[in-house]
Amino acid sequence: MSSPTAKDRQPLKDEVVVEFRDVWKRYSRREILAGVDLDIHRGEVLCVLGPSGTGKSVTLRHINGLTKPDSGDVKVFGVSVGPLDEEELAPIRRRLAMLFQGGALFDSMNVEQNIAFPLQEHTDKTPAQIAEAVSEKLQMVGLAGIQKKMPSELSGGMRKRVALARSIALEPEIILYDEPTTGLDPLTSEKIAQLIVDLNLRLHTTSVVVTHDIVTARTVADRVAFLYQGRFQFIGSFEEATRTGPPMLQDYFRSMGFPCGTAPIPAVPGGA
Amino acid sequence: MAGTRAPNPTTSQPSATALFYRNIRYLRFVDRFGRKGQGMLEYLGGVAQLTGDAIAAMFSRPFYRYDLLRQMDELGVKSVSITGLTAFVTGGVLALQTAYSLAAFGGKLFIGRVVSLSLVRELGPVLTALMVGGRVGSGITAELGSMTVTEQVDALRSMAVSPVRKLVVPRILATVMMMPILTALADVLGILGGLLVAIIDLRMTAQDYLSSIWNQLQISDIMSGLGKTFFFGLEIAAIGCYNGLNVEGGATAVGTATTRTVVIASICVLISDFFLTKLFLGL
Repeated sequence: MSSPTAKDRQPLKDEVVVEFRDVWKRYSRREILAGVDLDIHRGEVLCVLGPSGTGKSVTLRHINGLTKPDSGDVKVFGVSVGPLDEEELAPIRRRLAMLFQGGALFDSMNVEQNIAFPLQEHTDKTPAQIAEAVSEKLQMVGLAGIQKKMPSELSGGMRKRVALARSIALEPEIILYDEPTTGLDPLTSEKIAQLIVDLNLRLHTTSVVVTHDIVTARTVADRVAFLYQGRFQFIGSFEEATRTGPPMLQDYFRSMGFPCGTAPIPAVPGGA
Repeated sequence: MAGTRAPNPTTSQPSATALFYRNIRYLRFVDRFGRKGQGMLEYLGGVAQLTGDAIAAMFSRPFYRYDLLRQMDELGVKSVSITGLTAFVTGGVLALQTAYSLAAFGGKLFIGRVVSLSLVRELGPVLTALMVGGRVGSGITAELGSMTVTEQVDALRSMAVSPVRKLVVPRILATVMMMPILTALADVLGILGGLLVAIIDLRMTAQDYLSSIWNQLQISDIMSGLGKTFFFGLEIAAIGCYNGLNVEGGATAVGTATTRTVVIASICVLISDFFLTKLFLGL
């Protein structure tokens, strides 16, 4: 922790690293984002919650410029990313990483080549250093020794963890997680959620987690943001969300099996 | 009064409502036609822009040499058997047909000339391009299309790696570089196919067949044939890449895009062949 890079990444909760101001996005005549405002602080884990199709992933993709806003401003590290072209976005994208819903591993490459890819692209490390970094990242996600496997040989959960290892290869400042636990069994989901917290603590990364999995949100989130009808209807802690969140958020929690209002949060979700 | 009926003005003259709907129908036709035209122009513009971006990217770093070599093997070397076989059989058929047509004029001696000229100037490049368009174009679209729908292309972009440099440039370069080689091979194999038929079926000597080729075939014939193939390669790879990178949806969309590539690439090869032939004849 004494290295300067680690020191640079000490959580500074008041520093805003991502800023959405009145962002609008329309897809085939439907407003997906209708005036989104959001601040994301350095070092925090922010969970974006909301029903399917409300634009959670679209919000996430605005941060690394994969999607451009129709109007409004998205600033990352103080730079507006909307007007930038692919070449201009590159320096910002190198400081970000994104974990895609299906992992998005390159299926023509094995696990080692996948994780090594960003290192080969953006660093001057020797093959030996890269191999060492790959095995370290694999160890971090609990999958040591699977370097030579092809993505097609891995289960869904393993694929996501390898993708996570690839995302953290360059030790990014912000990691964007798109549905990291969707389609996984509860045990694997729990493992991934623990990994997100662990990475946040160890690498001091800012994490933006898009999910509709309340259990994951409760495990990882410093703050939750509830996206509904094109806007964030609530931004605050998980605790506040369950107690004082707007009615539609409380309905959303109830539909996921979480009792809301003044009642304490049950230890086992679903109350089964 | 009984049996007589006052003429109904609406039967002799269409009502305002009927006129309105009839006009709407025409307008819809114009609208649909316009939209199709607009869609086609947008498509051509998209392919042209991707090609331009790829050509611009070829002149600056980073280069993906390994990807280029892999694509040359995948798109070029592995196409040799199909393009070679097509040309070999076509050469044989051409020899047979020519012998049949020219038999009445005692034109056996022209067989080598006809076969070689048709192959080198026209059939070699076009048939190779059509086979490559079917095999390579569809392969490119299927691969890039499935990469697009599984977010691998977005993953590249999110890692600050340009999909144009990493995916499009190696494929376009590989196809453009391999097309003339494949065509040259096809020309040779086609002539050999003709030779085989000439010897076995038409009882000619190899020397008669080959000397008629040697005396007639000009370097300019070979060059005009091979010259076209660069353009064919560029068209096939650019269309394949564009269709693949623009797939929206799932596996079905990838299938549709793949078929689209084969159809559009074949049409483009045939149309551009006409203009390129005119161009090379004028040179």
